[in-house]
Amino acid sequence: MKHVIAVLVENKPGVLARVSTMFARRGFNIHSLTVGPTEDPTLSRMTVVVDGPEMEQIVKQLYKLVHTVKVTEFEPGTAVEREIMLVRVKADPKRRGEILDAARVSEAKAVDVGASTITFEVVGPPERLADFLQLMATYGVVALAKSGRIALARDQKSTKKQLKSA
Amino acid sequence: MPEQLSGAQALIRSLEHEGVEIIFGMPGGAILKAYDPIIESPIRHVLARHEQGAGHMASGYAHATGRVGVAMVTSGPAATNLLTALQDAYMDSVPMVAITGQVATTSIGNDAFQEAHTWGMSMPATKHNTLITSVEEIPDTVREAFHLASTGRKGPVLIDIPKDVLADTMTWHRPGEIKLPGYRPAVKGHVRQVKAALDLIETSQRPVLYIGGGVVAAGATAELKEFAERINAPMVTTLMARGAFPDSHPLNLGMPGMHGNYTATTALQRADLLITIGARFDDRITGDPKRFAPEAQVIHIDIDPAEIGKIRFADVPIVGDAKAVITQLLEQSEGRRPAPARLPWFEAIREWQTNYPLAYEQDPDGPIQQQYVIEELHRITGGDATIVAGVGQHQMWASQFWGFEEPRRWINSGGLGTMGYAIPAAIGAKVGTPDELVWAIDGDGCFQMTGTEMITAAVEHIPIKVALLNNESLGMVKQWQHLFYDGRLSETELHPHTPDFVKFAEACGGVGLRADRPEDVARVIEEAMAINDQPVLIEFRCDPEAMIFPMVPAGGSNDDIAMSREDFMSVEDPA
Ligand SMILES: Cc1cc2nc3c(=O)[nH]c(=O)nc-3n(C[C@H](O)[C@H](O)[C@H](O)COP(=O)(O)OP(=O)(O)OC[C@H]3O[C@@H](n4cnc5c(N)ncnc54)[C@H](O)[C@@H]3O)c2cc1C
Ligand SMILES: Cc1ncc(C[n+]2csc(CCOP(=O)(O)OP(=O)(O)O)c2C)c(N)n1
Ligand SMILES: [Mg+2]
Repeated sequence: MKHVIAVLVENKPGVLARVSTMFARRGFNIHSLTVGPTEDPTLSRMTVVVDGPEMEQIVKQLYKLVHTVKVTEFEPGTAVEREIMLVRVKADPKRRGEILDAARVSEAKAVDVGASTITFEVVGPPERLADFLQLMATYGVVALAKSGRIALARDQKSTKKQLKSA
Repeated sequence: MPEQLSGAQALIRSLEHEGVEIIFGMPGGAILKAYDPIIESPIRHVLARHEQGAGHMASGYAHATGRVGVAMVTSGPAATNLLTALQDAYMDSVPMVAITGQVATTSIGNDAFQEAHTWGMSMPATKHNTLITSVEEIPDTVREAFHLASTGRKGPVLIDIPKDVLADTMTWHRPGEIKLPGYRPAVKGHVRQVKAALDLIETSQRPVLYIGGGVVAAGATAELKEFAERINAPMVTTLMARGAFPDSHPLNLGMPGMHGNYTATTALQRADLLITIGARFDDRITGDPKRFAPEAQVIHIDIDPAEIGKIRFADVPIVGDAKAVITQLLEQSEGRRPAPARLPWFEAIREWQTNYPLAYEQDPDGPIQQQYVIEELHRITGGDATIVAGVGQHQMWASQFWGFEEPRRWINSGGLGTMGYAIPAAIGAKVGTPDELVWAIDGDGCFQMTGTEMITAAVEHIPIKVALLNNESLGMVKQWQHLFYDGRLSETELHPHTPDFVKFAEACGGVGLRADRPEDVARVIEEAMAINDQPVLIEFRCDPEAMIFPMVPAGGSNDDIAMSREDFMSVEDPA
């Protein structure tokens, strides 16, 4: 089962290496990991999607890293989750119209049109990306780039407040 | 006038501010700058012969004193030499600060001379590590390192300092307040859980206090004694907790586990309640965790939340410092009913103790038995010595046969099992507690790994004593080949006379003595006891065939404890 974990870490050099080394050392499997700044310049937010039956040990091991400030595991449905992907699809001129129609339904945006391919950008919850990929499979996916997941708890207090209440 | 200091001076000044009295290490190119201010500093430096030795010296010092041990070495090969000692300290939660030189910031990543990615390599072997990139960071980073090493679950912290940072200058300032928003080690336990623990204890028929190294780290011996007596529960002490509670106390059953005594191991196995304090359900103790203590509920008190539930589910988890939590348990148990007598439980325990004692025979005409040496050593010193062991059979016999009465007087490598630990760790212990008698109990295999540190002991006037138990083999591994490989010995026999350990000790600047036969043992120990200005080594020529028992085969169940070789053959499933 996949779990989504948000990790607030101090924005220090090497903190990504610390987290990924810990995952490797403890034998935990990362499905995706993203990291970026937050509204507080001293903190970065990592969103980790992990495969595994049970998150307790992972959460505790994350907390053991000195630069980890706060770890939250999202229960399904309690967070807004987004991914972005760029997908290049085979599109000979005859089928272009058909493909573009299908894309419109999935809210995919054509961002590059070549002689025999179209590249789409899809942003949204992970299911939307999966659906679109499935749809495009019939035409032939030539290349795919996917971000990891980012997530924010629904109706979340600001990061600052959470720090205090931690 | 604000004082201008070089990075090197700021580093040594920072160490002085931490109260460091001794550094174990070896200089080299990248750390050279930091060795210059040492000449004027009140801090003593002990020059090790190998950086692994420097690391274990810092560890031995930390074990013996409870203070942070410090090792300082140069970049590249020195840093990699130190890694074993870091991982060793990490596994055993030993407070240490390691300082490594690094190539200049401008060369990092260029495969510069003696460059190694120390920060990356040491990351999983330390509690925390930092690469300093500007001279201004030095005071705060050193403060932070000592704070991290010595609080919460203690452990090694590494600071990597490039040589241009050591050469740079700064206006000296004392470190500011520690800013670690994510580091908040627990102290007190949750009040409700403490009560839940007392409720379980009250109704338990067969409780066992399962005491680990965390009790030594917390300095909770006195509280533990009061608590154990109040709740009237027998206790086992892990290899890392030997001395956390007096062996002479009737409630102390001794060490459980793979080579623990029958009673301690079996009491854990039959218990209906484990009151686990500062212990981590290591596989040397549990055997197959699925078959470990099958009827027991578990109270688990540990300062590290990640230890709770890692191996064994805890019915009552309590995150906190052992001393603080035992104090809470004592306070909250005031006014409760006195503990039950639990007569059947104690009767069963006494029966095991009578029927399955630790035993050996010393044939007066036969080869020396290691147990006999340890018992004679104990008799002659009155037990008033700090014992530092290597890794192997001799280590297990030392733990079994030495009666430990005080904490911090048993020092060994438990988690990593690092051969070669004893000699340097004994040096560190002796430097830290110069008024104590320090005996290393080492194996012939282990000694050949780090025995050159005898030179350090001699030239630095650190008069350790070494009982070298020479069984002409890598005994513990040989025993496994006897038991699990039909006696097909592969690369486990060492040469009986090479090196000549007596000459070796002398060549290192110490005294070498030898005991060939049982009747020599006491006399030679007395002789060694009379020498107090130099290191002394006694080579005891021991029985090469002796095996360490009891033994629970790795991954087996503690129900299948074998008391002897014959016993072992009968419990081993031939499939
Ligand atoms: C050859 C060999 C054979 C061995 N055989 C045995 C054997 O038969 N029996 C045996 O017992 N061991 C044996 N060991 C040792 C074994 O490998 C482990 O090192 C040992 O059992 C672990 O001890 P521990 O559980 O006390 O934990 P430690 O490693 O001492 O860990 C301490 C625990 O206490 C916690 N802690 C730290 N500070 C505090 C505090 N202030 N308050 C509360 N908690 C704290 C830590 O988080 C940790 O969980 C053997 C080792 C070797 C090399
Ligand atoms: C660095 C290291 N290498 C290998 C081992 C595996 N090992 C464990 S005990 C042992 C034999 C130790 O021999 P000795 O010091 O003579 O002790 P004895 O068992 O004979 O008492 C070996 C090789 C180890 N623990 N550490
Ligand atoms: Mg040996």
